[in-house]
Amino acid sequence: MSMFQENAEVVEHEAIQGGYNLLIMRAPRIAPAVRPGQFVHVLVPHLGESILRRPFSVFRAEGDRLAILYKDVGRGTRTLTYLRHGETLSLVGPLGNGFPDPAPGLFPVLVAGGYGMAALHICAQRSPVKGVAFFGGRTAADILCVKEFEALGWTVIVTTEDGSLGQQGRVTDALDPWMAQGGSARKPELFVCGPSGLLKAVASRALEHRWRAWVSVDNNMGCGVGACLTCVLKVHDHAKGDWTWARACREGPVFAASDIVWEAVG
Amino acid sequence: MSAIPVSEVDLSVNVGGIALKNPVMVASGTFGYGPEYADLVDINRLGAIVVKGICLNPTKGNPTPRTAEVASGLLNAIGLPGPGVDGFVRTYMPFLRQYATPVIVNIWGKTIEEYAEVARRFDQVEGIAGLEVNVSCPNIKEGSALFGTDLDMFRRVVDAIRAATRLPIIPKLAPNVADITAFAKAAEASGANAISLINSFPGMAVDIKTRKPKLANITGGLTGPAIRPIAVRLVWQAAKAVSIPVIGMGGIGAVNDALEFFLVGARAVAVGTANFTNPAAAVTLVDDLRAYLAAQGMASLDGVVGTFAP
Repeated sequence: MSMFQENAEVVEHEAIQGGYNLLIMRAPRIAPAVRPGQFVHVLVPHLGESILRRPFSVFRAEGDRLAILYKDVGRGTRTLTYLRHGETLSLVGPLGNGFPDPAPGLFPVLVAGGYGMAALHICAQRSPVKGVAFFGGRTAADILCVKEFEALGWTVIVTTEDGSLGQQGRVTDALDPWMAQGGSARKPELFVCGPSGLLKAVASRALEHRWRAWVSVDNNMGCGVGACLTCVLKVHDHAKGDWTWARACREGPVFAASDIVWEAVG
Repeated sequence: MSAIPVSEVDLSVNVGGIALKNPVMVASGTFGYGPEYADLVDINRLGAIVVKGICLNPTKGNPTPRTAEVASGLLNAIGLPGPGVDGFVRTYMPFLRQYATPVIVNIWGKTIEEYAEVARRFDQVEGIAGLEVNVSCPNIKEGSALFGTDLDMFRRVVDAIRAATRLPIIPKLAPNVADITAFAKAAEASGANAISLINSFPGMAVDIKTRKPKLANITGGLTGPAIRPIAVRLVWQAAKAVSIPVIGMGGIGAVNDALEFFLVGARAVAVGTANFTNPAAAVTLVDDLRAYLAAQGMASLDGVVGTFAP
Protein backbone atom coordinates (compact mmCIF):
# COMPACT_ATOMS: atom_id res chain seq x y z
CA MET A 1 0.00 0.00 0.00
CA SER A 2 1.38 3.35 -0.91
CA MET A 3 -0.11 6.61 0.24
CA PHE A 4 0.74 10.22 -0.36
CA GLN A 5 0.23 13.65 1.14
CA GLU A 6 -0.50 15.96 -1.75
CA ASN A 7 -1.82 19.45 -2.38
CA ALA A 8 -4.60 19.03 -4.89
CA GLU A 9 -5.95 21.80 -7.08
CA VAL A 10 -9.67 22.21 -7.53
CA VAL A 11 -10.52 21.66 -11.20
CA GLU A 12 -14.30 21.59 -10.97
CA HIS A 13 -16.70 22.01 -8.10
CA GLU A 14 -20.41 21.92 -8.67
CA ALA A 15 -23.64 21.45 -6.79
CA ILE A 16 -25.48 18.50 -8.28
CA GLN A 17 -28.82 18.25 -6.49
CA GLY A 18 -30.29 18.23 -3.02
CA GLY A 19 -27.18 19.43 -1.18
CA TYR A 20 -24.88 17.00 -3.01
CA ASN A 21 -21.69 18.33 -4.56
CA LEU A 22 -19.10 17.00 -6.94
CA LEU A 23 -15.52 18.13 -6.30
CA ILE A 24 -12.94 17.27 -8.96
CA MET A 25 -9.28 17.82 -8.13
CA ARG A 26 -5.94 17.39 -9.82
CA ALA A 27 -4.03 14.91 -7.63
CA PRO A 28 -1.37 13.37 -9.86
CA ARG A 29 0.19 11.19 -7.18
CA ILE A 30 -2.91 9.97 -5.38
CA ALA A 31 -5.35 9.52 -8.26
CA PRO A 32 -3.48 6.80 -10.20
CA ALA A 33 -2.99 4.76 -7.01
CA VAL A 34 -6.67 4.57 -6.04
CA ARG A 35 -8.36 1.19 -5.80
CA PRO A 36 -12.15 0.73 -5.52
CA GLY A 37 -13.56 1.58 -2.11
CA GLN A 38 -10.58 3.59 -0.88
CA PHE A 39 -10.85 7.07 0.58
CA VAL A 40 -8.91 10.32 0.85
CA HIS A 41 -8.43 12.28 4.06
CA VAL A 42 -9.16 15.91 3.30
CA LEU A 43 -7.90 18.92 5.21
CA VAL A 44 -10.80 21.28 4.63
CA PRO A 45 -9.36 24.76 4.15
CA HIS A 46 -10.57 27.65 6.31
CA LEU A 47 -12.13 25.37 8.90
CA GLY A 48 -10.77 27.54 11.68
CA GLU A 49 -10.68 25.83 15.05
CA SER A 50 -11.34 22.33 13.64
CA ILE A 51 -8.09 20.44 13.49
CA LEU A 52 -8.94 17.05 12.01
CA ARG A 53 -9.09 15.96 8.40
CA ARG A 54 -12.36 14.60 6.99
CA PRO A 55 -12.52 11.27 5.14
CA PHE A 56 -14.31 11.01 1.78
CA SER A 57 -14.74 8.00 -0.48
CA VAL A 58 -13.09 8.43 -3.83
CA PHE A 59 -15.91 8.69 -6.35
CA ARG A 60 -13.78 8.72 -9.50
CA ALA A 61 -10.08 8.49 -10.23
CA GLU A 62 -9.03 8.91 -13.85
CA GLY A 63 -5.56 9.97 -14.91
CA ASP A 64 -4.52 12.73 -12.56
CA ARG A 65 -8.11 13.60 -11.68
CA LEU A 66 -9.71 12.58 -8.46
CA ALA A 67 -13.33 13.28 -7.57
CA ILE A 68 -15.32 13.09 -4.39
CA LEU A 69 -19.08 13.32 -4.16
CA TYR A 70 -20.32 14.64 -0.87
CA LYS A 71 -23.39 15.94 0.87
CA ASP A 72 -23.47 19.17 2.81
CA VAL A 73 -24.26 17.70 6.22
CA GLY A 74 -22.17 19.64 8.73
CA ARG A 75 -19.64 22.37 9.30
CA GLY A 76 -16.82 20.55 7.49
CA THR A 77 -18.78 19.79 4.37
CA ARG A 78 -20.45 23.22 4.42
CA THR A 79 -17.04 24.89 4.47
CA LEU A 80 -15.89 22.62 1.68
CA THR A 81 -18.69 23.93 -0.56
CA TYR A 82 -17.00 27.37 -0.59
CA LEU A 83 -13.89 26.02 -2.35
CA ARG A 84 -13.43 27.53 -5.77
CA HIS A 85 -11.73 26.50 -8.98
CA GLY A 86 -7.95 26.97 -8.70
CA GLU A 87 -7.79 26.73 -4.89
CA THR A 88 -5.77 23.94 -3.36
CA LEU A 89 -6.41 21.59 -0.50
CA SER A 90 -4.27 18.99 1.22
CA LEU A 91 -5.15 15.34 0.68
CA VAL A 92 -3.74 12.20 2.23
CA GLY A 93 -4.47 9.07 0.29
CA PRO A 94 -5.40 6.75 -1.11
CA LEU A 95 -6.26 5.21 2.25
CA GLY A 96 -7.84 2.06 3.49
CA ASN A 97 -8.49 -1.42 2.32
CA GLY A 98 -11.09 -1.14 -0.43
CA PHE A 99 -13.33 -3.61 -2.23
CA PRO A 100 -11.71 -6.75 -3.57
CA ASP A 101 -11.94 -7.57 -7.25
CA PRO A 102 -15.28 -9.20 -7.97
CA ALA A 103 -14.93 -12.96 -7.70
CA PRO A 104 -15.04 -14.80 -11.04
CA GLY A 105 -18.24 -16.79 -11.43
CA LEU A 106 -20.26 -14.65 -9.05
CA PHE A 107 -22.82 -12.07 -10.11
CA PRO A 108 -21.98 -8.58 -8.78
CA VAL A 109 -24.72 -6.74 -6.93
CA LEU A 110 -24.17 -3.19 -5.70
CA VAL A 111 -26.27 -1.86 -2.84
CA ALA A 112 -26.06 1.82 -1.94
CA GLY A 113 -27.84 4.16 0.40
CA GLY A 114 -27.67 7.84 -0.59
CA TYR A 115 -24.14 8.97 -1.35
CA GLY A 116 -22.88 5.51 -0.42
CA MET A 117 -23.10 5.12 -4.16
CA ALA A 118 -19.93 7.24 -4.43
CA ALA A 119 -17.81 4.50 -2.89
CA LEU A 120 -19.15 1.95 -5.39
CA HIS A 121 -18.63 3.89 -8.60
CA ILE A 122 -15.04 2.80 -9.28
CA CYS A 123 -16.07 -0.74 -8.42
CA ALA A 124 -18.83 -0.47 -11.02
CA GLN A 125 -16.40 0.93 -13.61
CA ARG A 126 -13.72 -1.68 -13.13
CA SER A 127 -15.84 -4.78 -12.62
CA PRO A 128 -15.53 -6.95 -15.74
CA VAL A 129 -19.07 -8.23 -15.22
CA LYS A 130 -21.82 -5.63 -14.95
CA GLY A 131 -24.63 -6.71 -12.68
CA VAL A 132 -27.40 -5.01 -10.78
CA ALA A 133 -27.19 -1.89 -8.64
CA PHE A 134 -29.76 -1.08 -5.95
CA PHE A 135 -29.88 2.60 -5.02
CA GLY A 136 -31.95 3.69 -2.05
CA GLY A 137 -32.66 7.08 -0.55
CA ARG A 138 -35.13 9.09 1.44
CA THR A 139 -36.33 11.02 -1.60
CA ALA A 140 -35.61 11.51 -5.32
CA ALA A 141 -32.86 14.04 -4.59
CA ASP A 142 -30.87 11.33 -2.78
CA ILE A 143 -30.66 9.15 -5.88
CA LEU A 144 -27.54 10.10 -7.77
CA CYS A 145 -25.76 9.13 -10.96
CA VAL A 146 -28.25 6.52 -12.15
CA LYS A 147 -27.44 7.36 -15.79
CA GLU A 148 -23.72 7.01 -15.17
CA PHE A 149 -24.11 3.54 -13.74
CA GLU A 150 -26.48 2.57 -16.56
CA ALA A 151 -23.99 3.87 -19.10
CA LEU A 152 -21.40 1.56 -17.54
CA GLY A 153 -23.72 -1.37 -18.23
CA TRP A 154 -25.39 -1.82 -14.86
CA THR A 155 -29.10 -2.33 -14.30
CA VAL A 156 -30.10 0.21 -11.67
CA ILE A 157 -33.09 -0.40 -9.40
CA VAL A 158 -34.18 2.63 -7.40
CA THR A 159 -36.13 2.87 -4.17
CA THR A 160 -37.13 5.98 -2.24
CA GLU A 161 -38.80 6.05 1.14
CA ASP A 162 -41.30 8.69 0.00
CA GLY A 163 -41.90 7.05 -3.37
CA SER A 164 -40.81 10.15 -5.30
CA LEU A 165 -38.58 8.03 -7.53
CA GLY A 166 -38.59 4.32 -8.32
CA GLN A 167 -40.26 1.87 -5.99
CA GLN A 168 -41.49 3.17 -2.64
CA GLY A 169 -39.68 1.67 0.34
CA ARG A 170 -36.22 0.81 1.49
CA VAL A 171 -33.49 -0.66 -0.63
CA THR A 172 -34.12 -4.10 0.89
CA ASP A 173 -37.75 -3.90 -0.28
CA ALA A 174 -36.39 -4.13 -3.82
CA LEU A 175 -33.45 -6.39 -3.07
CA ASP A 176 -35.53 -9.11 -1.35
CA PRO A 177 -37.96 -9.82 -4.23
CA TRP A 178 -35.12 -9.60 -6.78
CA MET A 179 -33.15 -12.21 -4.89
CA ALA A 180 -36.29 -14.37 -4.43
CA GLN A 181 -37.12 -14.20 -8.13
CA GLY A 182 -33.91 -15.77 -9.33
CA GLY A 183 -31.28 -13.28 -8.28
CA SER A 184 -29.94 -15.47 -5.54
CA ALA A 185 -29.71 -18.40 -7.96
CA ARG A 186 -27.08 -16.38 -9.85
CA LYS A 187 -24.66 -16.67 -6.92
CA PRO A 188 -24.56 -13.00 -5.97
CA GLU A 189 -21.62 -11.13 -4.55
CA LEU A 190 -22.70 -7.97 -2.77
CA PHE A 191 -20.81 -4.68 -2.54
CA VAL A 192 -22.53 -2.43 -0.06
CA CYS A 193 -22.11 1.16 1.12
CA GLY A 194 -24.50 3.36 3.05
CA PRO A 195 -25.75 4.18 6.53
CA SER A 196 -25.16 1.55 9.21
CA GLY A 197 -28.83 0.53 9.26
CA LEU A 198 -28.61 -0.40 5.60
CA LEU A 199 -25.31 -2.24 6.07
CA LYS A 200 -26.81 -4.21 8.93
CA ALA A 201 -29.98 -5.10 7.01
CA VAL A 202 -28.08 -6.28 3.94
CA ALA A 203 -25.44 -8.09 5.99
CA SER A 204 -28.07 -10.05 7.94
CA ARG A 205 -29.53 -11.30 4.64
CA ALA A 206 -26.10 -12.14 3.30
CA LEU A 207 -25.21 -14.10 6.41
CA GLU A 208 -28.55 -15.93 6.42
CA HIS A 209 -28.31 -16.95 2.77
CA ARG A 210 -24.53 -17.33 2.73
CA TRP A 211 -24.05 -14.72 0.02
CA ARG A 212 -20.62 -13.27 -0.23
CA ALA A 213 -20.88 -9.63 0.86
CA TRP A 214 -18.52 -6.70 1.36
CA VAL A 215 -19.60 -3.65 3.30
CA SER A 216 -17.96 -0.25 3.53
CA VAL A 217 -18.35 1.33 6.97
CA ASP A 218 -18.46 5.05 7.68
CA ASN A 219 -16.93 5.53 11.14
CA ASN A 220 -15.65 8.74 12.65
CA MET A 221 -11.94 8.99 11.99
CA GLY A 222 -8.99 10.84 13.43
CA CYS A 223 -5.70 10.28 11.66
CA GLY A 224 -6.98 8.08 8.81
CA VAL A 225 -3.80 6.00 8.69
CA GLY A 226 -4.21 3.65 11.65
CA ALA A 227 -2.35 5.49 14.39
CA CYS A 228 -4.96 7.14 16.58
CA LEU A 229 -7.37 4.18 16.98
CA THR A 230 -10.48 6.38 16.90
CA CYS A 231 -12.35 4.53 14.15
CA VAL A 232 -12.17 1.01 15.52
CA LEU A 233 -15.06 -1.45 15.31
CA LYS A 234 -15.49 -4.94 16.69
CA VAL A 235 -14.71 -7.79 14.33
CA HIS A 236 -14.74 -11.53 14.92
CA ASP A 237 -11.49 -13.23 15.71
CA HIS A 238 -12.74 -16.49 14.20
CA ALA A 239 -9.64 -18.45 15.24
CA LYS A 240 -9.96 -17.54 18.92
CA GLY A 241 -13.75 -17.39 19.06
CA ASP A 242 -13.39 -13.87 20.43
CA TRP A 243 -13.70 -10.34 19.10
CA THR A 244 -10.96 -7.86 18.37
CA TRP A 245 -10.82 -4.26 17.25
CA ALA A 246 -10.23 -3.44 13.59
CA ARG A 247 -9.46 0.02 12.31
CA ALA A 248 -12.00 1.29 9.78
CA CYS A 249 -9.24 3.40 8.22
CA ARG A 250 -6.71 0.61 7.80
CA GLU A 251 -8.20 -2.90 7.89
CA GLY A 252 -11.37 -1.27 6.45
CA PRO A 253 -13.35 0.67 5.46
CA VAL A 254 -14.42 -2.45 3.55
CA PHE A 255 -15.00 -5.61 5.55
CA ALA A 256 -16.49 -9.00 4.78
CA ALA A 257 -20.00 -8.90 6.23
CA SER A 258 -19.20 -12.08 8.14
CA ASP A 259 -16.28 -10.41 9.93
CA ILE A 260 -18.18 -7.59 11.64
CA VAL A 261 -19.73 -8.07 15.07
CA TRP A 262 -23.09 -6.67 14.02
CA GLU A 263 -24.60 -6.68 17.51
CA ALA A 264 -22.07 -3.95 18.37
CA VAL A 265 -22.98 -1.74 15.41
CA GLY A 266 -25.28 1.13 16.43
CA MET B 1 23.88 38.69 13.46
CA SER B 2 24.13 37.83 9.81
CA ALA B 3 22.64 34.77 8.19
CA ILE B 4 24.67 31.61 7.74
CA PRO B 5 24.10 28.74 5.29
CA VAL B 6 21.61 26.15 6.53
CA SER B 7 24.31 23.52 6.04
CA GLU B 8 26.22 25.10 8.93
CA VAL B 9 23.36 24.59 11.37
CA ASP B 10 23.84 21.64 13.68
CA LEU B 11 20.56 20.54 15.25
CA SER B 12 21.96 17.54 17.09
CA VAL B 13 21.28 17.36 20.79
CA ASN B 14 21.82 14.89 23.59
CA VAL B 15 18.76 14.39 25.74
CA GLY B 16 19.45 12.41 28.88
CA GLY B 17 21.99 10.19 27.19
CA ILE B 18 20.02 9.78 23.97
CA ALA B 19 21.82 11.31 20.99
CA LEU B 20 19.29 12.93 18.65
CA LYS B 21 20.13 14.20 15.18
CA ASN B 22 17.59 16.93 15.75
CA PRO B 23 15.36 17.93 18.66
CA VAL B 24 12.03 17.08 17.02
CA MET B 25 10.30 13.89 18.15
CA VAL B 26 6.86 12.51 17.48
CA ALA B 27 4.79 12.14 20.63
CA SER B 28 3.51 8.89 22.03
CA GLY B 29 0.05 7.90 20.86
CA THR B 30 0.12 10.12 17.80
CA PHE B 31 2.39 8.11 15.53
CA GLY B 32 1.35 4.53 16.26
CA TYR B 33 4.39 2.26 16.30
CA GLY B 34 5.90 3.70 13.12
CA PRO B 35 4.61 1.66 10.17
CA GLU B 36 1.33 3.57 10.13
CA TYR B 37 3.12 6.70 8.90
CA ALA B 38 6.10 5.16 7.11
CA ASP B 39 4.68 5.84 3.63
CA LEU B 40 4.13 9.49 4.42
CA VAL B 41 7.02 10.43 6.70
CA ASP B 42 10.74 9.69 6.37
CA ILE B 43 11.27 8.26 9.85
CA ASN B 44 15.02 8.74 9.44
CA ARG B 45 14.47 12.49 9.52
CA LEU B 46 12.83 12.48 12.95
CA GLY B 47 14.82 13.27 16.07
CA ALA B 48 13.22 10.29 17.80
CA ILE B 49 10.10 8.22 17.55
CA VAL B 50 8.14 7.72 20.74
CA VAL B 51 5.82 4.78 20.25
CA LYS B 52 2.36 4.32 21.67
CA GLY B 53 2.18 3.25 25.33
CA ILE B 54 3.07 -0.35 26.06
CA CYS B 55 2.20 -2.33 29.18
CA LEU B 56 3.00 -5.90 30.12
CA ASN B 57 0.17 -7.78 28.41
CA PRO B 58 -2.07 -7.09 25.41
CA THR B 59 -4.91 -4.68 26.16
CA LYS B 60 -8.05 -3.79 24.22
CA GLY B 61 -8.51 -0.21 25.37
CA ASN B 62 -11.75 1.71 25.76
CA PRO B 63 -15.10 1.34 24.00
CA THR B 64 -16.08 3.81 21.27
CA PRO B 65 -16.52 6.72 20.74
CA ARG B 66 -12.93 7.31 21.74
CA THR B 67 -12.30 10.82 20.45
CA ALA B 68 -14.19 14.04 19.97
CA GLU B 69 -13.00 17.04 18.05
CA VAL B 70 -13.32 20.22 20.13
CA ALA B 71 -12.29 23.83 19.62
CA SER B 72 -8.62 23.82 18.53
CA GLY B 73 -8.12 20.41 20.00
CA LEU B 74 -8.97 16.78 20.30
CA LEU B 75 -10.43 15.06 23.31
CA ASN B 76 -9.45 11.42 23.55
CA ALA B 77 -10.01 8.42 25.73
CA ILE B 78 -8.43 5.66 23.70
CA GLY B 79 -7.52 3.72 26.82
CA LEU B 80 -4.08 2.51 25.74
CA PRO B 81 -4.91 -0.54 23.65
CA GLY B 82 -1.74 -2.32 22.68
CA PRO B 83 0.07 -5.56 21.96
CA GLY B 84 1.95 -5.83 25.29
CA VAL B 85 5.73 -6.02 25.62
CA ASP B 86 6.26 -9.28 23.75
CA GLY B 87 3.77 -8.44 21.02
CA PHE B 88 5.40 -5.06 20.50
CA VAL B 89 8.92 -6.42 20.37
CA ARG B 90 7.97 -9.22 17.99
CA THR B 91 5.72 -7.18 15.70
CA TYR B 92 7.33 -3.76 15.59
CA MET B 93 10.98 -3.84 16.66
CA PRO B 94 12.26 -5.49 13.45
CA PHE B 95 10.61 -2.64 11.54
CA LEU B 96 11.90 0.09 13.87
CA ARG B 97 15.47 -1.23 13.88
CA GLN B 98 15.74 -0.43 10.16
CA TYR B 99 15.92 3.27 10.95
CA ALA B 100 18.76 5.41 12.25
CA THR B 101 16.33 7.14 14.57
CA PRO B 102 16.25 6.49 18.32
CA VAL B 103 13.22 4.52 19.46
CA ILE B 104 11.78 5.66 22.77
CA VAL B 105 9.16 3.31 24.19
CA ASN B 106 6.38 4.83 26.23
CA ILE B 107 5.58 2.41 29.06
CA TRP B 108 2.74 2.14 31.56
CA GLY B 109 1.46 -0.26 34.17
CA LYS B 110 -1.43 -0.84 36.50
CA THR B 111 0.85 -1.35 39.49
CA ILE B 112 4.35 -0.24 40.46
CA GLU B 113 5.51 -3.82 40.04
CA GLU B 114 4.12 -3.91 36.52
CA TYR B 115 5.89 -0.67 35.58
CA ALA B 116 9.15 -2.14 36.86
CA GLU B 117 8.60 -5.43 35.07
CA VAL B 118 7.93 -3.67 31.75
CA ALA B 119 11.11 -1.61 32.22
CA ARG B 120 13.10 -4.74 33.08
CA ARG B 121 11.88 -6.52 29.94
CA PHE B 122 12.79 -3.62 27.67
CA ASP B 123 16.21 -3.40 29.25
CA GLN B 124 17.06 -6.60 27.38
CA VAL B 125 15.72 -5.52 23.99
CA GLU B 126 18.09 -4.41 21.26
CA GLY B 127 17.37 -1.12 19.55
CA ILE B 128 15.60 0.75 22.31
CA ALA B 129 17.12 4.12 23.18
CA GLY B 130 15.06 4.98 26.21
CA LEU B 131 11.81 4.67 28.09
CA GLU B 132 9.24 7.38 28.49
CA VAL B 133 7.19 6.65 31.58
CA ASN B 134 3.51 7.31 31.19
CA VAL B 135 2.40 8.17 34.71
CA SER B 136 -0.32 10.43 33.56
CA CYS B 137 -2.71 8.86 31.10
CA PRO B 138 -6.05 10.26 32.25
CA ASN B 139 -8.02 7.44 30.66
CA ILE B 140 -7.00 4.38 32.62
CA LYS B 141 -9.22 3.61 35.56
CA GLU B 142 -6.85 1.39 37.47
CA GLY B 143 -4.66 3.91 39.17
CA SER B 144 -2.40 5.12 36.39
CA ALA B 145 -3.55 8.70 36.68
CA LEU B 146 -2.70 8.68 40.38
CA PHE B 147 0.92 7.90 39.59
CA GLY B 148 1.05 11.26 37.84
CA THR B 149 -0.71 13.42 40.39
CA ASP B 150 0.26 11.94 43.75
CA LEU B 151 3.85 12.91 44.49
CA ASP B 152 4.59 9.93 46.70
CA MET B 153 3.18 7.45 44.16
CA PHE B 154 5.12 9.24 41.42
CA ARG B 155 8.39 8.89 43.34
CA ARG B 156 7.78 5.23 44.01
CA VAL B 157 7.08 4.41 40.39
CA VAL B 158 10.14 6.30 39.11
CA ASP B 159 12.33 4.70 41.79
CA ALA B 160 11.10 1.23 40.85
CA ILE B 161 11.74 1.81 37.14
CA ARG B 162 15.15 3.31 37.86
CA ALA B 163 16.09 0.16 39.75
CA ALA B 164 14.82 -2.05 36.90
CA THR B 165 16.66 -0.63 33.90
CA ARG B 166 19.89 0.96 32.75
CA LEU B 167 18.08 2.65 29.87
CA PRO B 168 17.51 6.40 30.02
CA ILE B 169 14.12 7.03 31.64
CA ILE B 170 11.90 9.99 30.90
CA PRO B 171 8.85 10.42 33.16
CA LYS B 172 6.05 12.18 31.29
CA LEU B 173 4.45 14.63 33.65
CA ALA B 174 0.76 15.26 34.14
CA PRO B 175 -0.32 18.88 33.67
CA ASN B 176 -3.10 18.81 36.26
CA VAL B 177 -0.99 19.22 39.39
CA ALA B 178 -0.71 22.16 41.76
CA ASP B 179 3.06 22.42 41.50
CA ILE B 180 4.81 20.96 38.48
CA THR B 181 8.23 21.77 39.92
CA ALA B 182 7.70 19.26 42.74
CA PHE B 183 7.22 16.47 40.20
CA ALA B 184 10.10 17.67 38.02
CA LYS B 185 12.44 17.73 41.03
CA ALA B 186 11.20 14.36 42.26
CA ALA B 187 11.93 12.85 38.85
CA GLU B 188 15.43 14.28 38.89
CA ALA B 189 16.07 13.12 42.45
CA SER B 190 14.89 9.60 41.57
CA GLY B 191 17.40 9.36 38.76
CA ALA B 192 15.33 10.25 35.72
CA ASN B 193 17.52 11.21 32.75
CA ALA B 194 15.04 13.72 31.37
CA ILE B 195 11.39 14.67 31.77
CA SER B 196 8.74 15.22 29.15
CA LEU B 197 5.64 17.36 29.47
CA ILE B 198 2.82 17.77 29.09
CA ASN B 199 0.51 14.83 28.81
CA SER B 200 -3.07 15.56 27.80
CA PHE B 201 -5.19 17.73 30.07
CA PRO B 202 -8.28 16.03 31.57
CA GLY B 203 -11.53 17.23 30.06
CA MET B 204 -14.94 16.26 28.78
CA ALA B 205 -17.57 17.26 26.25
CA VAL B 206 -21.33 16.79 26.24
CA ASP B 207 -23.64 16.18 23.29
CA ILE B 208 -26.40 18.66 24.00
CA LYS B 209 -28.93 16.79 21.85
CA THR B 210 -28.57 13.38 23.46
CA ARG B 211 -27.40 14.72 26.87
CA LYS B 212 -24.72 12.07 26.74
CA PRO B 213 -20.94 12.41 26.92
CA LYS B 214 -19.14 12.62 23.59
CA LEU B 215 -16.72 9.96 24.79
CA ALA B 216 -17.72 6.47 25.92
CA ASN B 217 -15.27 6.89 28.79
CA ILE B 218 -17.11 10.15 29.73
CA THR B 219 -13.85 11.99 30.45
CA GLY B 220 -10.76 12.16 28.29
CA GLY B 221 -7.54 14.02 27.69
CA LEU B 222 -7.39 17.24 25.72
CA THR B 223 -4.57 17.68 23.21
CA GLY B 224 -3.77 20.00 20.34
CA PRO B 225 -3.27 23.77 20.00
CA ALA B 226 -5.85 24.40 22.74
CA ILE B 227 -3.41 23.24 25.42
CA ARG B 228 -0.26 24.92 24.10
CA PRO B 229 -0.27 27.91 26.50
CA ILE B 230 -0.74 25.51 29.42
CA ALA B 231 2.19 23.45 28.19
CA VAL B 232 4.46 26.46 27.66
CA ARG B 233 3.85 27.64 31.19
CA LEU B 234 4.50 24.24 32.71
CA VAL B 235 7.64 23.61 30.63
CA TRP B 236 8.95 27.03 31.69
CA GLN B 237 8.36 26.27 35.36
CA ALA B 238 9.76 22.74 35.16
CA ALA B 239 12.84 23.75 33.16
CA LYS B 240 13.76 26.36 35.77
CA ALA B 241 13.47 23.78 38.53
CA VAL B 242 15.73 21.01 37.24
CA SER B 243 19.00 20.55 35.43
CA ILE B 244 18.00 17.38 33.53
CA PRO B 245 16.72 18.05 29.99
CA VAL B 246 13.07 18.88 29.43
CA ILE B 247 11.21 17.66 26.37
CA GLY B 248 8.33 20.02 25.62
CA MET B 249 5.06 19.06 24.00
CA GLY B 250 1.49 20.21 23.82
CA GLY B 251 -0.04 21.67 20.67
CA ILE B 252 3.16 21.92 18.65
CA GLY B 253 2.56 21.87 14.91
CA ALA B 254 5.01 24.33 13.43
CA VAL B 255 8.36 25.98 14.07
CA ASN B 256 6.99 29.03 15.87
CA ASP B 257 5.18 26.78 18.32
CA ALA B 258 8.37 24.83 18.97
CA LEU B 259 10.42 28.01 19.44
CA GLU B 260 8.20 29.04 22.35
CA PHE B 261 9.11 25.79 24.08
CA PHE B 262 12.84 26.12 23.31
CA LEU B 263 12.87 29.69 24.57
CA VAL B 264 11.39 28.68 27.93
CA GLY B 265 13.97 25.94 28.33
CA ALA B 266 12.99 22.79 26.41
CA ARG B 267 15.98 20.97 24.86
CA ALA B 268 13.74 18.97 22.55
CA VAL B 269 10.11 19.02 21.50
CA ALA B 270 7.53 16.54 20.32
CA VAL B 271 4.85 16.94 17.67
CA GLY B 272 1.66 15.20 18.73
CA THR B 273 -1.88 15.76 17.54
CA ALA B 274 -0.54 17.81 14.62
CA ASN B 275 0.63 14.53 13.06
CA PHE B 276 -3.04 13.71 12.48
CA THR B 277 -3.67 17.02 10.75
CA ASN B 278 -0.43 17.16 8.84
CA PRO B 279 1.68 14.00 8.69
CA ALA B 280 4.55 16.14 7.36
CA ALA B 281 4.44 18.44 10.40
CA ALA B 282 7.49 17.03 12.23
CA VAL B 283 9.86 16.90 9.25
CA THR B 284 8.67 20.31 8.07
CA LEU B 285 9.40 21.62 11.56
CA VAL B 286 12.97 20.27 11.33
CA ASP B 287 13.52 22.08 8.01
CA ASP B 288 11.95 25.29 9.25
CA LEU B 289 13.94 25.22 12.47
CA ARG B 290 17.15 24.86 10.52
CA ALA B 291 16.14 27.73 8.24
CA TYR B 292 15.18 29.90 11.20
CA LEU B 293 18.52 29.40 12.93
CA ALA B 294 20.44 30.00 9.70
CA ALA B 295 18.57 33.23 9.13
CA GLN B 296 19.40 34.28 12.71
CA GLY B 297 23.05 33.47 12.16
CA MET B 298 22.96 30.73 14.77
CA ALA B 299 24.80 27.45 14.22
CA SER B 300 22.83 25.64 16.90
CA LEU B 301 19.91 25.96 19.27
CA ASP B 302 22.23 26.95 22.12
CA GLY B 303 21.46 30.61 21.55
CA VAL B 304 17.74 29.93 21.85
CA VAL B 305 17.19 27.37 24.60
CA GLY B 306 16.23 29.01 27.86
CA THR B 307 16.82 32.55 26.60
CA PHE B 308 13.27 33.65 27.39
CA ALA B 309 13.59 37.10 28.93
CA PRO B 310 10.57 38.07 31.00
